[in-house]
Amino acid sequence: MATVTLNIFRGNQEKGYFQSYTVETFEGMVVLDAIHKIQREQDASLACRWNCKAAKCGSCSAEINGKPRLMCKTRIDSLPIEEPIIVTPLKTFPVIKDLVCDVSWNYEIARKIPPLKLADEGSKEPLRMMQEDVERVQEFRKCIECFLCQNVCHILRDHQRKDIFFGPRFMIKLAALEMHPLDVEDRSEFLKEVAGVGVCNITKCCTEVCPEEIHITDNGIIPLKERVADVYFDPIRGLLRWLKTP
Amino acid sequence: MNNYEVFNCDVLVIGAGGAGLRACIGAMEKGAKVGLVTKSLLGKAHTVMAEGGAAAALGNLDTEDNWEVHFRDTIRGGKFLANWRTVEIFAREAPERILELERYGAVFDRTGKGLISQRAFGGHKYRRLAHVGDRTGLEIIRTLQDKAVSMGIFDYPELTIIRLLKDGDRISGAVGYRRMDGGIVVFKAKAVVLATGGWGRMYRFTSNSWESTGDGVVLALRAGAELKDMEMVQFHPTGMIWPPSMRGILVTEGVRGDGGILLNSKGERFMFNYVPEFYRKETAETLEEALKWVHDKKNYRRPPELLPRDVVARAIYKEVQAGRGSEHGGVYLQISHMGADYIRKRLPSMVDQFLHLGNVDITKEPMEVYPTIHYTMGGVTSDPETCATNVPGLYACGEVATGLHGANRLGGNSLSDLLVFGRRAGEAAGEYAMQNESGEISESEISEEVNLLMEPLRRESGENPYQLHTELQDTMQEHAMIARTEEGLKRALEKIHELKERAKKIAVKGDTCFNPGWHQARDIQVMLTVSEVIVRSALERKESRGGHWRLDYDLEDPYWAQHNIIARLENGEIKLSHRKVPEMPEHLKKIIEG
Ligand SMILES: Cc1cc2nc3c(=O)[nH]c(=O)nc-3n(C[C@H](O)[C@H](O)[C@H](O)COP(=O)(O)OP(=O)(O)OC[C@H]3O[C@@H](n4cnc5c(N)ncnc54)[C@H](O)[C@@H]3O)c2cc1C
Ligand code: SF4
Ligand code: SF4
Ligand code: FES
Repeated sequence: MATVTLNIFRGNQEKGYFQSYTVETFEGMVVLDAIHKIQREQDASLACRWNCKAAKCGSCSAEINGKPRLMCKTRIDSLPIEEPIIVTPLKTFPVIKDLVCDVSWNYEIARKIPPLKLADEGSKEPLRMMQEDVERVQEFRKCIECFLCQNVCHILRDHQRKDIFFGPRFMIKLAALEMHPLDVEDRSEFLKEVAGVGVCNITKCCTEVCPEEIHITDNGIIPLKERVADVYFDPIRGLLRWLKTP
Repeated sequence: MNNYEVFNCDVLVIGAGGAGLRACIGAMEKGAKVGLVTKSLLGKAHTVMAEGGAAAALGNLDTEDNWEVHFRDTIRGGKFLANWRTVEIFAREAPERILELERYGAVFDRTGKGLISQRAFGGHKYRRLAHVGDRTGLEIIRTLQDKAVSMGIFDYPELTIIRLLKDGDRISGAVGYRRMDGGIVVFKAKAVVLATGGWGRMYRFTSNSWESTGDGVVLALRAGAELKDMEMVQFHPTGMIWPPSMRGILVTEGVRGDGGILLNSKGERFMFNYVPEFYRKETAETLEEALKWVHDKKNYRRPPELLPRDVVARAIYKEVQAGRGSEHGGVYLQISHMGADYIRKRLPSMVDQFLHLGNVDITKEPMEVYPTIHYTMGGVTSDPETCATNVPGLYACGEVATGLHGANRLGGNSLSDLLVFGRRAGEAAGEYAMQNESGEISESEISEEVNLLMEPLRRESGENPYQLHTELQDTMQEHAMIARTEEGLKRALEKIHELKERAKKIAVKGDTCFNPGWHQARDIQVMLTVSEVIVRSALERKESRGGHWRLDYDLEDPYWAQHNIIARLENGEIKLSHRKVPEMPEHLKKIIEG
């Protein structure tokens, strides 16, 4: 029987250590399978989050050999297993226990975002939108809120500036609203003053880790930056851009 | 003891899947202060996994479609065990709820005319499922979550409710523990909406997450509510069986709706041999016809792969039993003949998932599938109009409730169920709360429950909750799965009784801070009760109907066609009784016959 060894962070924000576990492997095994095996067979107190085991819910985010990934989407046989696999919690958020972080900040941010606003509020008519006009929005709406992008964005991770920047996840959330063909809300001031779109310096680290392969920077943040720039620095062009076709 | 936090609200909603979130919106629209609890973080509930779509007779592609056809399909699909009024409300209101969702911000795939696109699915006569690629559940949950959040919900994520509290006959609140630190929270509420979803964790091969232990059923049962048709469990025909790490994970019916076919080891499209008389008229008879249907749904009949789930699941079981199974004991599901571009466009996350996790390129090669537990038709009995249970102040909606799907759910009917009855439950609970004063909560109920919860942590040594879970899963998988017999079910019952005894002696290490072993110790107790009700109801129904297939009573029985099985708790014992299915009014009978 082939085996694999995992060195897993145990502890919380204040103190912690690495514990090593060796488990038998099976075909197609992913890191989350290994964690579940450890819970069942060796240590039932090892904490992690998961729900779908199918890369659909965004619960099982962690750092595997230093790379932010979904544990349920990371196959053991895709990793070099001569060495122990190192599993640590997301670095950007406070650790509650083991692999479980306090990600509540993200949910607080979500509350601040001005929701969709339609011109014919209150009507019950079906909306008319063409597929080609919603494709971009649909790309952003693929987001499973794994917060891996939030975890790698250096503004949040290294500089801990959660006070000035909402982070990539919420940039594409804003982009999805802004690019909705029938939305009439004006979020340009909000984007600039509150969400901090200007702070992003387009390093694209967020795009690299997104398990949904959303083009966060190119399709989301850059167009948002252009919009804000237009509104603030070129009122005429800005106005033209902002007039959305009905 | 009795060291706990208290939260006061008008309506407490338990569960943040589609049903719970829609209920929150409904209750808030009635002016209620609403608390929402969920075992996971917000947006992670089971609803997020739904792929195929939400059924509603919008008639955007097939203009012949209307609520009456949807009504007929649902009643027939459910093998006449559903409550006609529930189905009527559902079929009439589903389109309105989908359109409303779009106004909340959901962005469905579009037709050429810019309307919501609709996809074909098993058991639905017309193309009826509003969808977003193969991630419809995500779209629905996120839309409702954003809406509820923007309306000012008070949410308590990662908190498990362990008991409903009562003042005399009526509900007065609930008590639960935070997963993060084990902190006890008491919710004082005038009305409670149960939206806790289904239960599949007691089976070995399951498409269900850790959350699906059936808490809602046990909470309701202990509070005096009635359960109905608990034997009715749906086995989805196409669960993954290979590689082992993906076992049980679902292959959406959308694959078959988009032209996928089932083959046995001899390469035969065996479903043609399993078309029941009941469906013969509307099913393609030849391979040619089935192939043509993929591109011309108006002029050709649907292929037999799209028969209702129970029919397809049994056929797969029989093929494997007859020795015509695939390498790993299933059958083949093939879609590669539809062309790589088409498949990538229609089923993007499926392609990705298989390639990444299973090394299977579904644009080139077949998948290996076998039935997996998927959905629970039975559950808490509730009123069709208001979702009220027989306990004043307690409402139930979504998968935990029952009445809509009868003996078999049609794919796509759950997501619209959540919207239609989530709203109705929320609004009714909101109104009830605005008209009634708060009840008292009982300290003794709280301390009794909290004591039970803490016990496993106090024991030095004892049973391992994971071991008990494994044994329960093996038992249910072997004896209470797709093909059932009296002998097997009795064995399962014995084993459940043994496990119940052992579960009294569970010991876990560690403390109350995010401790999975401790959580599991609680969950196993719940699962044992739910399993007992399933097995006992399955023993009681001596016939085969929908999801319930008895090898020793292989036919439908006219008596059982008219009876639901009711389960209640009396003096700590589960008591079963039969109740007549409400009779359908003449004008609706005409729709069914027509
Ligand atoms: C893979 C898959 C694909 C599917 N595809 C489709 C489809 O295409 N179309 C369709 O119509 N249906 C589909 N279904 C079925 C559908 O997704 C579910 O029936 C539906 O989402 C159930 O929603 P719900 O709101 O009732 O419960 P859930 O979404 O399961 O939510 C339950 C909620 O209750 C909470 N909860 C439970 N117990 C407690 C407790 N004790 N304390 C606090 N909170 C608690 C949970 O945390 C969770 O928030 C699919 C299901 C699966 C698994
Ligand atoms: S591109 Fe912007 S948002 Fe993304 S990681 Fe870099 S700074 Fe952060
Ligand atoms: S944008 Fe991508 S990386 Fe960021 S939270 Fe969403 S899915 Fe995760
Ligand atoms: S468990 Fe859902 S994304 Fe990994």
